[in-house]
Amino acid sequence: MSTARPVLRAEGLTLGYGKVPVVHGVDLTVTPGTLTVLVGANACGKSTLVRGLARLLAPLAGRVTLDGTDLARIPSRRVARTIGVLPQSPVAPDGIRVGDLVAHGRYPHHSLFRGHRSDDDAVVAAALAATDTASLVDRRVDELSGGQRQRVWISMALAQQPDVLLLDEPTSALDVAHQVEVLDVLRSEVRAGRTVVLVLHDLTLAARYADEVVVMAGGRVVARGEPRATLTEAVVEQAFGVRARVLEDPDTGRPVVLPRSSIGSSIGSSVASSSATSPGGADG
Amino acid sequence: MGADAARSTDGAAGRPAVRGGGASAADTVAADVRVAGPARPRAVEDVAMAAGVEGATTGRTTVDDLARLRAHDRRRATVVLGALGVLLAGLALAALSLGAVPLTPAQVVAALGGEGSTFVVTGLRLPRLALAVAVGASLGLSGALLQSVVRNPLASPDIVGLTGGASAAAVLAIAAGATGVAVDGAALVGAVGASVLVFTLSGRGVTGTRFVVVGVAVAFLAQGVLGYGLTRASLSEAEQAFFWLVGSVGSAPWGDVARVAVVLAGAAAVLAVGRRPLAALALDDDTARAIGGRPVATRVGAILVSSVLAAVAVAVAGPVAFVGFVSGPIARRLRGHGPALATAALVGAAVVVGADLLAQHGVPGTLRPPVGIVTGALGAPVLVWLLVRGERRKESPA
Repeated sequence: MSTARPVLRAEGLTLGYGKVPVVHGVDLTVTPGTLTVLVGANACGKSTLVRGLARLLAPLAGRVTLDGTDLARIPSRRVARTIGVLPQSPVAPDGIRVGDLVAHGRYPHHSLFRGHRSDDDAVVAAALAATDTASLVDRRVDELSGGQRQRVWISMALAQQPDVLLLDEPTSALDVAHQVEVLDVLRSEVRAGRTVVLVLHDLTLAARYADEVVVMAGGRVVARGEPRATLTEAVVEQAFGVRARVLEDPDTGRPVVLPRSSIGSSIGSSVASSSATSPGGADG
Repeated sequence: MGADAARSTDGAAGRPAVRGGGASAADTVAADVRVAGPARPRAVEDVAMAAGVEGATTGRTTVDDLARLRAHDRRRATVVLGALGVLLAGLALAALSLGAVPLTPAQVVAALGGEGSTFVVTGLRLPRLALAVAVGASLGLSGALLQSVVRNPLASPDIVGLTGGASAAAVLAIAAGATGVAVDGAALVGAVGASVLVFTLSGRGVTGTRFVVVGVAVAFLAQGVLGYGLTRASLSEAEQAFFWLVGSVGSAPWGDVARVAVVLAGAAAVLAVGRRPLAALALDDDTARAIGGRPVATRVGAILVSSVLAAVAVAVAGPVAFVGFVSGPIARRLRGHGPALATAALVGAAVVVGADLLAQHGVPGTLRPPVGIVTGALGAPVLVWLLVRGERRKESPA
């Protein structure tokens, strides 16, 4: 089974807006069937990296491959049958209902001669059920709460039946209960065989849900691996410019990050770029 | 290719569940978290996902719900299109009956069949009606298309300079002594030139406000060119051009009608083929790309089609004001969601036929204003309504 799962890989990936690179030559293989969380300070390039992996942003250098094939060479609709993407702030068409929005996820499976069929409805229904939004099917998207809306968007991506799901800060505007709700949905998708990559701000939630944490600073990967080995005090200090205590969750054994004090005024990029040369989380 | 190999292991409506083997330590953690949060029957949903809903009760009713949503949409489409058809037929009958020689509906039908007052009906009134329908449908379609792909109701051909570009180029051509197809060609060049200018200046992926602002600037530019063209023209040419500029379906040779109709039919065919990409473009560009759409290419194509439609309508009838602008919002209102292109075309046709009827018979005195005066007067309140509604939309969903 695991051999059939597609492998998404960034190879020397440099991304940026205009000519200014934000992500510098990142090599990253997403482990299939796991939940990978990208963390890092603001403007460290984590969202940009997800956009690059999702082919929403063309590389300045390097490439993204899917099973060894350059993503840019695969037709967009075929990519969309394998990779589902939830951008940071998706905009729903005016007045659209939940069922119709999620049905948009079937687009890559349609063609000129193959429109929406009843088996598409089954997939859409399953995608709604997976995020517990089936009861909202005839509600208007603009009437939903933030947490509901985010789950509906995830449903749309799930309706693509992708093997890989990429999400750019899916919990950023949500309170803690809704964050947990969304992350639970993603966790269960990983359990169902999908590969999930997402950007999170909350390090403790990242540690709790991730199989693998990728820590970014200054547009580079500075540490990566299993949460306990990766989210250490030294790494947090390096990536966020913040002194932190990392404790162990008594229930789960996973790290809990408690920020203590920022280091001078040089938060973020200056600290990060000066020390962003040790990939692989060797610190352990 | 690799991706396809992976797909082939998927079922038609679901995917194989990987339970147990794929589970990791985090699952138990997540389970703990779930107990603390609002309890939901996650296990059932996993089964639903794995089995493609077969047998999962929640899923089956959802499928019914989805089918009901679509049936509801279809019913609404039928009702709206049917009602617009009836309205248009009624207006058409009125247009063929009213005039210096008033006819009864029976006489009109007889004349259409080749008996009685055939000259008045099929010789005078029918071409004017046909031109009004074709021009209205073209402008309505052109506007709704542009508004939909730019995702801004202000992005209509008359506001963002497409009809302005067409008019300016056509007036320059008229001033240079051109007639007929040469004016058509000039209008086409002007409209496409204006849209290329607006598109280029507003950036590849940029939509909405910036497109509109650049478009307004281009519209002013076109206005300047048009003024220049008028000063260059002789008095009689200028008078002719000026009358044309207001927008009129008064002089309607069948050749004009045919030109608009052919372009309209071609555009309809292109849009029918492109309806799925157009629907995907209802989402924002990132999301459209995420589901496999090509938003920029789709938008370029749609703007081109919109320009051609606007150009041919303008070349034949002049820039009939506001029709391209009001048809889209009215159609979306009637259908409940966008882009509602066919509805917009019918609305545009009904607006022009109705406005022409009003201009010919509804205005007191001997004045017979061209149709563009009436559509302009009717369009302004709609613009205000749209702006007010835009402000209010956040608080009160319609």
